[in-house]
Amino acid sequence: MSTASMTVNGKAVSGTIEPRTLLVQFLRDNLRLTGTHVGCDTSQCGACVVHVDGKAIKSCTVLAMSCEGASITTIEGLAKGGVLHPMQEAFREHHGLQCGYCTPGMIMAAIDIVNRKGSSLDEHTIREELEGNICRCTGYHNIVKAVEAGAAAMGKTPHKMAAE
Amino acid sequence: MTPTTGIGAPVRRKEDHRFITGKGNYTDDINREGQTHAFFVRSPHAHATIRKIDTKAALKMPGVVGILTGADLAADKVGGLICGWMIHSKDGSPMKAGAHPALADGKVRYVGDHVAVVIAETYAQAKDAAEKVIVDYATLPAVAELATCTAKGVASIHDVSADNVVFDWHLGDKAATDAAFKKAKHITRLDLVNNRLVPNAMEPRAAIGDYDSGEDAFTLYTTSQNPHVARLILSAFIGIAPEHKLRVIAPDVGGGFGSKIYVYAEETVCVWAAKKVGRPVKWVADRTEEFLSVAHGRDHMTHAEMAMDEGGKILAVRVKTRANLGAYLSTFASAVPTYLYAPLLSGQYDIPAIYAEVEAVYTNTAPVDAYRGAGRPEATFVVERLMEVAARQLGQDPAKFRMKNFISKWPHQTPVIMMYDAGDYSGTMKQALKLADVAGFGKRKRESAKAGKLRGLGYSAYIEACGIAPSAAVGSLGAGVGLWESAEVRVNPVGTVEVLTGSHSHGQGHETTFAQLVAGRLGIPIDQVAIVHGDTDKVQMGMGTYGSRSGAVGMSAIVKALDKVEAKAKKVAALCMEAAEADIDFKDGRFSVKGTDKSMAFGEVALQAYVAHKFTGEQLEPGLKEGAFYDPTNFTFPAGVHICEVEIDPETGVTKVAKWTAIDDFGTIINPMIVEGQVHGGIAQGIGQALHESTIYDKNGQLLTASFMDYGMPRADDLPSYALGFNSTPAPSNPLGIKGCGEAGAIAAPPAVINAITDALGHEDIAMPATPQAVWKAAQKTIKTMAAE
Repeated sequence: MSTASMTVNGKAVSGTIEPRTLLVQFLRDNLRLTGTHVGCDTSQCGACVVHVDGKAIKSCTVLAMSCEGASITTIEGLAKGGVLHPMQEAFREHHGLQCGYCTPGMIMAAIDIVNRKGSSLDEHTIREELEGNICRCTGYHNIVKAVEAGAAAMGKTPHKMAAE
Repeated sequence: MTPTTGIGAPVRRKEDHRFITGKGNYTDDINREGQTHAFFVRSPHAHATIRKIDTKAALKMPGVVGILTGADLAADKVGGLICGWMIHSKDGSPMKAGAHPALADGKVRYVGDHVAVVIAETYAQAKDAAEKVIVDYATLPAVAELATCTAKGVASIHDVSADNVVFDWHLGDKAATDAAFKKAKHITRLDLVNNRLVPNAMEPRAAIGDYDSGEDAFTLYTTSQNPHVARLILSAFIGIAPEHKLRVIAPDVGGGFGSKIYVYAEETVCVWAAKKVGRPVKWVADRTEEFLSVAHGRDHMTHAEMAMDEGGKILAVRVKTRANLGAYLSTFASAVPTYLYAPLLSGQYDIPAIYAEVEAVYTNTAPVDAYRGAGRPEATFVVERLMEVAARQLGQDPAKFRMKNFISKWPHQTPVIMMYDAGDYSGTMKQALKLADVAGFGKRKRESAKAGKLRGLGYSAYIEACGIAPSAAVGSLGAGVGLWESAEVRVNPVGTVEVLTGSHSHGQGHETTFAQLVAGRLGIPIDQVAIVHGDTDKVQMGMGTYGSRSGAVGMSAIVKALDKVEAKAKKVAALCMEAAEADIDFKDGRFSVKGTDKSMAFGEVALQAYVAHKFTGEQLEPGLKEGAFYDPTNFTFPAGVHICEVEIDPETGVTKVAKWTAIDDFGTIINPMIVEGQVHGGIAQGIGQALHESTIYDKNGQLLTASFMDYGMPRADDLPSYALGFNSTPAPSNPLGIKGCGEAGAIAAPPAVINAITDALGHEDIAMPATPQAVWKAAQKTIKTMAAE
């Protein structure tokens, strides 16, 4: 067993884990942050996307030990003082979710798209950039609309996104 | 004025807050004190007998709590899994249902079949130990191919069926159909494959079994679309515990699409094993397990024929289908290729005679059951491919050819059971032609041609039978259960309301739409309404969510309960205001006495109902809580026209869906935002079936497409945005006029895509999924023909 220490959603955390523990397992099982989901075992679906040091990663594909000292943001860390992140708000406003299972990963990935590509996104770019996140419910139509609107809202708010 | 929260308003979903903040509560998010973890040892062979299972080494592995096999299940007299719909063959004999133990009883019948369960302190320990379970298999020849599974000399999968036929069923008037074919001037014939699909809800299946020895009672947390049906089957047939000692909870469920209707081996084992090991047992499928062992969908081979007169009026349809049911009969497997399929072969058309034969078979593959649409997509694919090809063969415009044959008067009795009660098929088609700008298609096709692309346009005028279903009717057709729904409306003393429903939401947004109904009816803010579902200890009974039934049947039950609440509240109001009950009006949340200025708000009446100071026990029972069961009087018949426009690059074979138009008739729409979302998702799954999704077993019964690396799940960049419209005619059979919308897209889309591709190619030689490789090959034939011209 080994000890992993990192900052998750602004709080210092540590846990005793087997070295083979994945980051998603550490978040879900040790920290009980169950908003981050596991939808596959081949890094394809993106339900597990979180931010590590400000960048989106699939937490099912990284060992918790390799995140030693890193700053992690999960879906639970997005809303600040009861105020939703603009991307969360956009998913609700545009009905960008149905069963909700892919949603945390979608929102975390979407924020990362904005961080990389800016707040003015066209449909083609959004669809290409969402290639690593699978949704079975929405047909993506409203997710695309939500990401476009959420991006625009992020561009307007001073609120530095994703709580890096 | 558009209502803000009542019926018809695009209310933002009440459930979303927990999902967008990571506070959803899915089965895998639940952890019980002292819980253990299960991992299943699964068969690596498609067909084998088990000589011996040696667990000695595995039991010594770290953290192992126990290992259980089929012998333990048998010793505890745990019953097998059941198929709840009896189908009889043409000769009157009952379907041949092979035994389906939750853990193998000496034989395995598909890759992924359940052999043993290893229970350990952690998931990793259970998985590690499972590697050490030594199973001595004697392999048998695998029967993996649908086309050859009944051939002479092929191995028998179940002793009850030497030739692997489950049933050989038919529907319709053979003599009348054959006679119509004899006088036909034109016959269109097609051989079609409806490709096998894996539902792939994003949340893999999961279960936690928990046993309370103090109460001698079980709790099962499970990813179910219908927890009460699960409890009924686990109690009455499998024999885990009587219903009052078994609580089934289906918390947030991450998509179902049919695949979470059924009672599976894994949850059965978890709840049974919890008592065996004396601790809670949790199992969560990984995605590959899900591919191997979830119930798959579709998988039909069909020869279809349509007879027409000289002008193209349809005289008859004749269909012969072979349906793959996999290695065991799943919970509703037998209903899907029979009563959910053949009664829809009339489509939206006036067809005097129809005859369908369906041979259902076993193969050494995962069980096949209902997947979004369930039988109706298969029927629609047959009908709408026939219509398109017939129009082309007759040289008629496919839209006009359809309109000529559309049913134009309702009610309409088809020759295959269904009585269509309301619709406007021509109106819907006209609306779709306009929205799709079909008039401008020629110009778009020429522009594509200039760029070296092939452009095509395809129609699908689908119909479905939803609002499943009148209990007596389905009972007469073989169903083991009634398909009503229940509701209970509990008004609290302060006037807030809890609605307990037997429907289950796993993405459909019931917490919002059901609340819209209640808020609108009682004239209270929508925030004062809570929808409770998914727990057999809270909701007394229910049949769950599938077959686009939650609006038409589930909400109708709520309407009935609300009628009773209003009637009781009027009595309370009358006693409080010293008026005659007949003089009480209820409008916009207020009870008023006719011809006076006396009135009371709904909340005041609720309080008086509980305070009970204004009436005596002889006059009225205190409280305000009513329940109702609603049994529909007919199926509902959502219908519509979808038009797909594709652009094919003959160099790469890539098919781009350039434009999608859908006009649907869902009857009354409660929340257009949610309904549109359902249509989007359905179309995406239908495009997935038509272009991407292929479930491939090799000849040894190995599943070659068992991960998202191998199976073509549609992704954001594979799909277009959709243009939707509605042409609503209310359903006359339920109080709200709802027809249902959950499956429409998945039913409509596949033939629209294939009709568009074949239009672009100029020939019919393409099967689903029309992958780039398949389309490239087919396009070479087109290029050759074009060059020759």
